[in-house]
Amino acid sequence: MLEIPCPWCGPRNENEFICGGEADRKRPKDPDSETDEAWADYLYNNANPKGRVREWWWHVSGCTRWFMIDRDTLTHAITQVEDAPE
Amino acid sequence: MWRSPEPRPEYDAIIIGGGGHGLGAAYFLAKDHGITNVAVLEKGWLGGGNTGRNTMTVRSNFLREDSVPFHELSLDLYHQLSRELNYNLMVSQRGMITFIQSSAANRVALQMANTMHIYGAEYRMLTLEEVKQKIPIFEPSPNMRLPVRGGVYQPRASMVRHDAVAWGFARAADARGVDIIQNCEVTGIRQENGAVTAVETSRGVIHAKKVGMAVAGHGSVVASMLGQRLPIITQPLQAWVSEPIKPVLNEIVVIRSYYGTYLMQSDKGEIVVGQGCDPYPSYAQRGTFSIIEDATTSMLEVFPSFGRLKLLRHWAGMLDIPYDGSPIISKTDTRGFYIDVAGSGGFKTTPAAAKTFAHLIANDAPHPLAEKLGLDRFASGRLVQEGGVSANR
Repeated sequence: MLEIPCPWCGPRNENEFICGGEADRKRPKDPDSETDEAWADYLYNNANPKGRVREWWWHVSGCTRWFMIDRDTLTHAITQVEDAPE
Repeated sequence: MWRSPEPRPEYDAIIIGGGGHGLGAAYFLAKDHGITNVAVLEKGWLGGGNTGRNTMTVRSNFLREDSVPFHELSLDLYHQLSRELNYNLMVSQRGMITFIQSSAANRVALQMANTMHIYGAEYRMLTLEEVKQKIPIFEPSPNMRLPVRGGVYQPRASMVRHDAVAWGFARAADARGVDIIQNCEVTGIRQENGAVTAVETSRGVIHAKKVGMAVAGHGSVVASMLGQRLPIITQPLQAWVSEPIKPVLNEIVVIRSYYGTYLMQSDKGEIVVGQGCDPYPSYAQRGTFSIIEDATTSMLEVFPSFGRLKLLRHWAGMLDIPYDGSPIISKTDTRGFYIDVAGSGGFKTTPAAAKTFAHLIANDAPHPLAEKLGLDRFASGRLVQEGGVSANR
């Protein structure tokens, strides 16, 4: 089980959170000018790394805040927490 | 049962991954297409991944017209492979009963039944009385949070001895000339002008113009060697097994309908329990406790007597879950590099995926039953969205 360090509430049990996916994907500025392949890449593809990943988490059963963590998908170590930009 | 050859410098085709899917693909390449100059490269030992540890269930109760005939092919093959491979897969046709505990589940069951009937797959609704007759140990309590209203039944769902699938395919492929090379980890894939030329392994460089990937739980890792991004995430799926007891449960039972807990009694007498995937990406091969707690709670609500059982072992296997929950059997951006991402029911699809994957590799064109399962479905928006898989709880 993960203990997730929410920037507002402090360390809480993973059951209170929902993983929001990889944080480094960027929504294309103008989706209409993208090819279908580029748009599908943004929508569906993941780096899905074995190791360090930067991802969104949502403290849905707590303060409802969104924030980013650096997590290792192999060891489950969480090394960095960053609040969502205002 | 099979040779352990040294890798040759070049093959017509290489399959990465010596589990059920990879060994099966090699077997069908040899048998259906006469391509026998094939190597299967396995990083560990044969069938030592998810083929060696899963919940043994094969079934075809799915929602979409692209899924049902594909999974029916798998059931057809499973029911004949023991004879074809001359290797006993111990297919045990127990049937599967999904409990109906909400009107939404009832609606999904009826929709599935209608789709399945079109393809000749039997799927029928059971009243509560019929469920109780089939499962005498089930005594519905009036205090259940979600009372059981009835069930839906696939008589042809079966349990299959999982190791035997790997061993049977391996022996038959080896007999037709396929080289099965264990302890051979792929560390890189070479390409020139957009076409595959060779794989780099812990046992040297091996050349081939066709390379197929069938690596459950490491799809993104291997595909990234060619810069190929995939619409998948890797998640643990847990299961646990009790001490053996005398026969009490014939059918495979699914509680809280399609997203819930499943359990069955193995031929050895153990109660095998599982639920959906853990809710975040992980390669850790260990699961989160909340899944165990949740599944055990829902099992005990229906079978309170199982509270006396002792659990013997527990594991988490890594699954590559595609965005829409359906398998991906596809070409890629690199010519000659093909992928078979089993998705969440990798075991039940093994023979169908192997057969259609071999067809794709041999002909550079998809098998008719896997035409809709290519990577191109994501750009075209024609997803094969499946609810009846452990991916979507």
